Amino acid sequence: MNGYDPVLLSRILTELTLTVHIIYATIGVGVPLMIAIAQWVGIRKNDMHYILLARRWTRGFVITVAVGVVTGTAIGLQLSLLWPNFMQLAGQVISLPLFMETFAFFFEAIFLGIYLYTWDRFKNQKKHLLLLIPVAIGSSASAMFITMVNAFMNTPQGFELKNGELVNIDPIVAMFNPAMPTKVAHVLATSYMTSAFVLASIAAWHLWKGNRHIYHRKALHLTMKTAFIFSVASALVGDLSGKFLAEYQPEKLAAAEWHFETSSHAPLILFGTLEEDNEVKYALEIPYALSILAHNHPAAVVTGLNDIPEDERPPLYIHYLFDMMVTIGVFLMVVAAVYWLGSIFRWKWTAKNWFFGLLVAGGPLAMIAIEAGWYLAEVGRQPWILRGYMKTAEGATTSAHVDTMLVLFCLLYIVLVIASATVLIRMFRRNPVERELEERANRGEVAP
Amino acid sequence: MTLEVIGISVLWLFLFGYIIVASIDFGAGFFSVYSHWANQQHILHRIIQRYLSPVWEVTNVFLVFFFVGIVGFFPKTAYYYGSILLVPASIAIVLLAIRGSYYAFHTYGETERNWYLLAYGLTGLFIPASLSIVLTISEGGFVEESAAGVALDYGKLFASPLSWSVVLLSVTSVLYISAVFLTYYADAAGDEQARALLRRYALLWSGPTMLSALLIIYQLRYHNPEHYDNLWNVAWMLVISFLFFVITVWLLGRQRRFGWAFIALLFQYAFAFYAYGISHYPYLLYPYLTIYDGFTNETMAMALIVAFIAGLLLLIPSLYLLMRLFLFNKAYVKGKWEGGKG
Repeated sequence: MNGYDPVLLSRILTELTLTVHIIYATIGVGVPLMIAIAQWVGIRKNDMHYILLARRWTRGFVITVAVGVVTGTAIGLQLSLLWPNFMQLAGQVISLPLFMETFAFFFEAIFLGIYLYTWDRFKNQKKHLLLLIPVAIGSSASAMFITMVNAFMNTPQGFELKNGELVNIDPIVAMFNPAMPTKVAHVLATSYMTSAFVLASIAAWHLWKGNRHIYHRKALHLTMKTAFIFSVASALVGDLSGKFLAEYQPEKLAAAEWHFETSSHAPLILFGTLEEDNEVKYALEIPYALSILAHNHPAAVVTGLNDIPEDERPPLYIHYLFDMMVTIGVFLMVVAAVYWLGSIFRWKWTAKNWFFGLLVAGGPLAMIAIEAGWYLAEVGRQPWILRGYMKTAEGATTSAHVDTMLVLFCLLYIVLVIASATVLIRMFRRNPVERELEERANRGEVAP
Repeated sequence: MTLEVIGISVLWLFLFGYIIVASIDFGAGFFSVYSHWANQQHILHRIIQRYLSPVWEVTNVFLVFFFVGIVGFFPKTAYYYGSILLVPASIAIVLLAIRGSYYAFHTYGETERNWYLLAYGLTGLFIPASLSIVLTISEGGFVEESAAGVALDYGKLFASPLSWSVVLLSVTSVLYISAVFLTYYADAAGDEQARALLRRYALLWSGPTMLSALLIIYQLRYHNPEHYDNLWNVAWMLVISFLFFVITVWLLGRQRRFGWAFIALLFQYAFAFYAYGISHYPYLLYPYLTIYDGFTNETMAMALIVAFIAGLLLLIPSLYLLMRLFLFNKAYVKGKWEGGKG
């Protein structure tokens, strides 16, 4: 076959599905928590603005959940369709969390259906809020289970390989592998952070356009505070992830940091470009920072790429992905901190239009950081699909039709992304906040 | 009972569950679009919307359960079926995606697009058709294994009368199961106009399902004699299944006890489905893969079974709550309680 490469095509198709799915999955994990916070604040303060906020977020959330469900079904099946050899091997050890993920999602789906249709059915709003808790638990638990599987691909354990057969299998040990704690914590914290920034973007957008309604101010305040808390959490877990990598996956850290020679007192390289024969140009070097990131000590020895066999080194471009993720993360944390300080000390400039403009960019930026982070995690594991046991090329399908399927799924995702965006925009344009507030005020709901 | 048999029985139960709930959903979508086109929308639309709204996501999960479960219990299926199903399963995913997203966009986003509505109705028939292909493939004769891997012979598959009979059975069953359930649902809602129309559909599709089932049995004799012979060992199950079929049609004809008519239908399909499954034993894919050589290790199997039981303990009360609040809530079914959507 002329240039037909099922391995490369399978990789592209998997990347494509995950790129789309992660947007909706991140929202799916983070937004239920935000809705719960808004509804809870609304009940506590007896303020209809927050209740309405929860209502409107829920309406938008359902649309994103729908796309999350269908793209999630796609990736679930594509694991077996595109990587049959990998699933045949890994399935023997790691199917338990995959199975549990389905239960968690089932649980979430049932209660989301109930929550959605019971807004006015209970006299006591608190009872309605209770129905949201299983939704939030279910979505976070499914993120946890699926991330366990991904962690297992990075640091597989819980089995032994003897004569090509897997023996002494322990599914629990496989689930609680070394990559699991930092990965799960990072996925959850960044999902909450990103969802908060995305919702903050919407509020900031209205303020930026000149609509200074108190509803949008309250929305921005609530989301930015939450975003700040989870940005700090994400950064802390990110630091722990560095230490995890240094110990268990040094090649990923070394490639991401362009750390070519094993050495002590290692500096952290930020930005820069890579010239021929691995010369780094235009970079910002922070002395000792890599040693600190890796082992909490400025003099610690950090493994370089020279200690990794040549055919097991990840591609070096992951450094740019690392830069992107970290820069955006830190930038957003600072912006959220400034916003909070501004609201405490009543600074004038944080209520200016240009600052709102900056906040509008926060949501999309956070989403870009999520994508960069996942690309870093996945490309950084190459050439392995199951680190140390199976190379990506060995896991792929041999089917002759991956190219056609790639085109098919491209079209599907274009339709889904455009359609979901238009539906969301139209839904909220048609029913602006002001009109809904007026209707609710007429029915006797109160806002202080 | 061996762990292998427990595993496949659990999975078979989930597949049965999916076939029933998905058929109701797919058929309802088709009837809803058909009635739109035939200008009878006013009769069916409300009753179908009220049923589908809170449950659409749940349907999909049954399918995900099945395929995650089968890879868990029988990892070798990932290799065999994963390799050969790339095209049919991808098509099914695309159709499911269009259908699921349309439903959410339409119901919650309140958008109206005619071509999308058409796609929604048609996917209701195409999805079962594309999924049922898997059952045909499992009968063997369409798959070749070589040093390069396993591959599906599309020419043979499309030329086989057996595959078309299976497609026919899946499509007619979708319409029949759905019509019987919705007849009962309309009756519970006290909507006589809708009930009369749906009862007509149910009776209309009852005969074709039985005929296509007989056609499959007849063709199996030539396509897979081993399976056909095994089917005779469980002939008594097929007879019971047929008796339940007669009960459903009789009740529908007498225009009474629509709930019992649907329950009889459940038993009819359960007996037929299990007769098919038991006679298929021990093969997952003729002649390459049996449940014994494809099975996972004992530790994982036990872990999966424990997780399964724990999961059910969590899900059954939740499903019960969902049903009490919506499907079997008199006020909700009758449409007295419409308000509430966010």
